[in-house]
Amino acid sequence: MSAVTVDQLNDGGRQSAEDQARAAELKRLERRDGWRRRIPILPALIYTILVTQIPFLFTLFYSLTDWRIDTPDPRQFIWFENYGSLSGDTFFLDSAWVSVQMTVMAVLGSLIVGTGLAILLDRKFFGQGFVRTLLITPFLVMPVVAGLMWKLQMFNSTFGIIGWVMNQLGLEPVEFATRFPLASVVVVLIWQWSPFMMLIVLAGLQGQDQSVLEAARVDGATSWGTFRQITLPQLRPFLELGTLLGAIYLIQVYDHIEVIVGGQPGARNLPFYIAGRSIGGGNRFGLSSAYSIVVVLASIIIANIGLRVLSNLLEDDS
Amino acid sequence: MALFTRAPKPEPILGQNRAVAFFLAVLTWIIGLLFFFPLFWLVLNGFKEEAVASSSPTLIFDPTLDRFREVTETTNLLTFAEAFWNSFWIVLISTFIVMTLAIPAAYSLAIRPMRKWRDVLFFFISTKFLPIVGIIMPVWIIARDLNLLGTRTVLVILYTAMNLPLAVWMLRSFFAEVPKELVEASQIDGCSLLGQIRQVILPIVAPGLAATALLCVIFAWNEFFFALQLNNVGASTIPVWVNSQQKFQGQFLAGLSAASVLATLPVVLAGWVAQKRMIRGLALGAIK
Repeated sequence: MSAVTVDQLNDGGRQSAEDQARAAELKRLERRDGWRRRIPILPALIYTILVTQIPFLFTLFYSLTDWRIDTPDPRQFIWFENYGSLSGDTFFLDSAWVSVQMTVMAVLGSLIVGTGLAILLDRKFFGQGFVRTLLITPFLVMPVVAGLMWKLQMFNSTFGIIGWVMNQLGLEPVEFATRFPLASVVVVLIWQWSPFMMLIVLAGLQGQDQSVLEAARVDGATSWGTFRQITLPQLRPFLELGTLLGAIYLIQVYDHIEVIVGGQPGARNLPFYIAGRSIGGGNRFGLSSAYSIVVVLASIIIANIGLRVLSNLLEDDS
Repeated sequence: MALFTRAPKPEPILGQNRAVAFFLAVLTWIIGLLFFFPLFWLVLNGFKEEAVASSSPTLIFDPTLDRFREVTETTNLLTFAEAFWNSFWIVLISTFIVMTLAIPAAYSLAIRPMRKWRDVLFFFISTKFLPIVGIIMPVWIIARDLNLLGTRTVLVILYTAMNLPLAVWMLRSFFAEVPKELVEASQIDGCSLLGQIRQVILPIVAPGLAATALLCVIFAWNEFFFALQLNNVGASTIPVWVNSQQKFQGQFLAGLSAASVLATLPVVLAGWVAQKRMIRGLALGAIK
């Protein structure tokens, strides 16, 4: 391969005839390659469709039947009856509300904490790298372990740290996870996801155009003014990305709930509730499928609104 | 002419007064230590006697390795060694398949974009919005009918699907950083596709590949829901093993802590080593 550098290719208008020939040549190659270029995507695409989309069609089908795993197989079509009983199921509505609260609080909480941490870390000080390592570690911890250790060694009223602190302050320790199940789960989620948000915001802060910041300083802008008017707008795509990725994962939270509060009603979100009513022993496959379909539809609608209204992450940039 | 001008010094957001700077550094240290504290305590508890761990918190105790010995030796349904090797193979194979599928897809999405490529990318990401509850029942039933319940295979299949969208998303951005001119030049020079990939692209994207694979490893190693629902017995993984160390009677906190340390350590160490690359991969993944 001969060394053709970027400079040679961008050698100004002097070689415009040559450039045109080059462009034509590329176009010809592209046309010839039309199919060859799509083939590499297919394996990943087919795999994803097989494992995620096909089962979804099954769920759609189950949701129209009265199937329970304990009744023998000839299941009956009952069409939309399952969907009809949905609005009367207060447990379903409760867990939907828990899902909304949990996701919003955890995403916003970790976004705020993470941004704060990123701003603190984005300055030189002694041990900066070490402190950053300390701060990202919660994100690496296995969710099951995170849940167990907060429940037992932090929240527990007799041997937990929070109980000990309350004792020192002369307060009566409470069983935190039992009294405030939702808050307990959200605290652990924020602890785990703030580092993630911090990393993303930090990448945004460090990718800033330094000359603009310098110009603002020369012009006598205050640091707060610089932050609000220059840094924040530049951070926007990073904050959006954090919200998007955080929401994708946090709406599906299951592990923390399973180990911290188990079946307690106060913090039972939709994934937890639906799993329990179907494969977790409830065996109501038809009904649970209808719930799943509603959840999926709601998620798709919310995700689409979120993506299109709030963000231009996926807009065509050509 | 610009020989003696220095590059402008990056300006921290919060003032530059030295006292303020000192205060902020101390504050950052305190917050960092607080964030790390639960893990520090977990490690300490792993070295305690059960009776010590299950009483009022203390820093003074005789450290012992007995808990680590006990949790790795106990022969429950699922031993530590079994769970570890299950996890090891499941994570390794699923990450390998993810990368094998994602690299060509990301390559063609980034380097030689076709029309509507954003739609394809959006499709991959949108499958992550499909809540797992939307597919868990058919997956369970299909797995049951194919006799895959309780096997490593079912988890390999699912973890591959779980990580594939993220991998395509991240890898695309790493491939997009390869200068187009370089690829086109090598193309015109008659470089074969394989030659292009080996000599031009791979050297540039190698760190990104490593970061992506590592993230897949972390998510797969830590996954609990599928492992619990589809593979709860003999062939299950480390998270299920940790959860099974909870006992319903007697004191178990120290043993559970030792088990948690063993379960968490591999991924935490890997994450520490690769933190910088991972940050870049995740953040630039979508922005570029």
